[in-house]
Amino acid sequence: MSSIIQYFSAGRQSGKHTMPFVIILLTVTALACVSNLYLPADSALHVSTYSITLLGKYLCYALLALAVDIIWGYCGILSLGHGAFFALGGYAMGMYLMRQIGDRGAYGNPDLPDFMVFLGWKELPWFWHGMDQFWFAMLMAVLIPGLLAFVFGWLAFRSRVTGVYLSIMTQALTYALLLAFFRNEMGFGGNNGLTDFKDILGFSLQSDTTRVSLFALTALVLAVVFVVSHKILSSRFGKVVLAIRDAESRARFIGYRTDRYKVWLFVFSAVIAGIAGALYVPQVGIINPGEFSPINSIEMVIWVAVGGRGTLIGAIIGALLVNYAKTRFTAILPEAWLFALGGLFVLVTLYLPKGIVGLYTQLLSKRQPPATKESEA
Amino acid sequence: MSAIKNTVESLRETFRPDQVWPFLAPTNTKVNVDKEVILYVEDVNLSFDGFKALNHLNLYINDGELRCLIGANGAGKTTLMDVITGKTQCDSGSVFFGQNHNLLNKGEAEIAQLGIGRKFQKPTVFEEQTVFDNLELSLKTDKGVLPTLISRLTSTQIDRIDDVLNIIGLAGHRFLLAGALSHGQKQWLEIGMLLVSDPRLLLIDEPVAGMTAQETERTAELLTSLAGERTVIVVEHDMEFVRSIARTVTVLHQGSVLAEGTMDQIQNNQDVIEVYLGEESQEDESQGANS
Repeated sequence: MSSIIQYFSAGRQSGKHTMPFVIILLTVTALACVSNLYLPADSALHVSTYSITLLGKYLCYALLALAVDIIWGYCGILSLGHGAFFALGGYAMGMYLMRQIGDRGAYGNPDLPDFMVFLGWKELPWFWHGMDQFWFAMLMAVLIPGLLAFVFGWLAFRSRVTGVYLSIMTQALTYALLLAFFRNEMGFGGNNGLTDFKDILGFSLQSDTTRVSLFALTALVLAVVFVVSHKILSSRFGKVVLAIRDAESRARFIGYRTDRYKVWLFVFSAVIAGIAGALYVPQVGIINPGEFSPINSIEMVIWVAVGGRGTLIGAIIGALLVNYAKTRFTAILPEAWLFALGGLFVLVTLYLPKGIVGLYTQLLSKRQPPATKESEA
Repeated sequence: MSAIKNTVESLRETFRPDQVWPFLAPTNTKVNVDKEVILYVEDVNLSFDGFKALNHLNLYINDGELRCLIGANGAGKTTLMDVITGKTQCDSGSVFFGQNHNLLNKGEAEIAQLGIGRKFQKPTVFEEQTVFDNLELSLKTDKGVLPTLISRLTSTQIDRIDDVLNIIGLAGHRFLLAGALSHGQKQWLEIGMLLVSDPRLLLIDEPVAGMTAQETERTAELLTSLAGERTVIVVEHDMEFVRSIARTVTVLHQGSVLAEGTMDQIQNNQDVIEVYLGEESQEDESQGANS
């Protein structure tokens, strides 16, 4: 038990907990994959494809929570618009999957997706060109969120917009995109979004193997992003980021251009969110403007707050737990979920300012006071 | 004909072999102190909503000098530091670092990289990081995003940090979070952060506020030992402290220089007695009357 506590109490700079986490993540993933593919469906240990897809979805959310935590927990920038980057990455993947349908759509048009035929469009809009190439679509899935974050961050951080004002601006950003993507004329399927996907890289999205592969890929990406983020945040760059969070003007007066640091961290975070979106769409099979909704972005912040901001592991744990709770809760009492979520947020803010990871650290230091004192000195 | 001649002439001027285009010229050239003056503050004006914080202020600081700035509240001491370090834009005037660096068109970070360090009135250190990390962040290094991402501490840099830790007396606390230090220790850490960055000019705002008598004495020793190699400007209210370190004192009053000289000259200056020391003695009297 104490080893578990020790494991979860991973401090924000300690590197020794990174590898155990990656090993656990990848082992659980491998076990789930094997039991889905090789155990008979009536076995007690069999993991259904439904569960695999659900787990894959959770891992995408974990990746997204990581993105929010990097910018909020480490740099103090509360972004309430990270859903926008997630959805943009998702739309890039959705566009690729749409083009893959080809002439198997309801209208049988080999070039135009169904909704364009329905709208009476004669040819593909310019921004849909190239999206039938997987590499190009994936490039867009990271480039578009990154570019948007760069422009937005450059404008906001250079003019030194901080705190609540910045949060409101990010909220407005995602809301504006929500409204824009709702319009049919935008060419992204309007209200219905993009759906009815058939296959990815020639593999059917309905087959178990594809679903398991997507889930395994998501876990792998999460592990890589986790390790890379850890490396970045424990470099001197990461120390500067913490310095900006705690005393930005001091950081400026010792010679750091804090706006540039914030912009690049914001871009990094947005790219992670974009990747999460691109992995999410083939697993859930749909992307629509609802992903841009401001409520989604606020939910992400709650995942991070519950898990413990300022710790990468906390963000992942928070995302997994809250989403698992959401799945169970909405099955029993769907209309009460938002109240539960709000209550959870209030509770965490009042009693657990450092989240679950903070709680474990606290328990640990209570249990072994001399040891922690020594390590602090 | 003359038009062609002019064009040729301007082309020649543009491509002169003995000159470099301004945008290609290295900007981080050395500070030129040929005239022995490191900081020129000339005719600086600044008003906040009609209140004149700085009023035709002129101030020259010699290279290697230890200068004390005193003045009543609102005399413009901290505002002057804000202008020098780029935090506040002044309305008119000029501020030069050496003869060749115009500070008014530079940002805070750029000015800091030129070698102007600043200590705030309220000690500001990075509380969530260790004393060692605080000093590491302040090292004189390339502070761009990419160099910072890939940089590693060299052994010379670690030695430099160790030296400073010894100077500021925090060698035993190097892995303690800066937030756990006492007020006086934070003041010292902030001074250490300035030292480790190897600045030419230090602007120090109220260094001994909240320090014990012993700590104050050590601070005075440290500051006097710095002068000569570096230039130090100290703002302080503690007259005893000023007397113990000052060679030259500048008195600010309502945003301009009222008097300048040694401590003795200042104390005997009639204007100063009226507006500043006079206030203090009045305060003393009223306090005496109260008690």
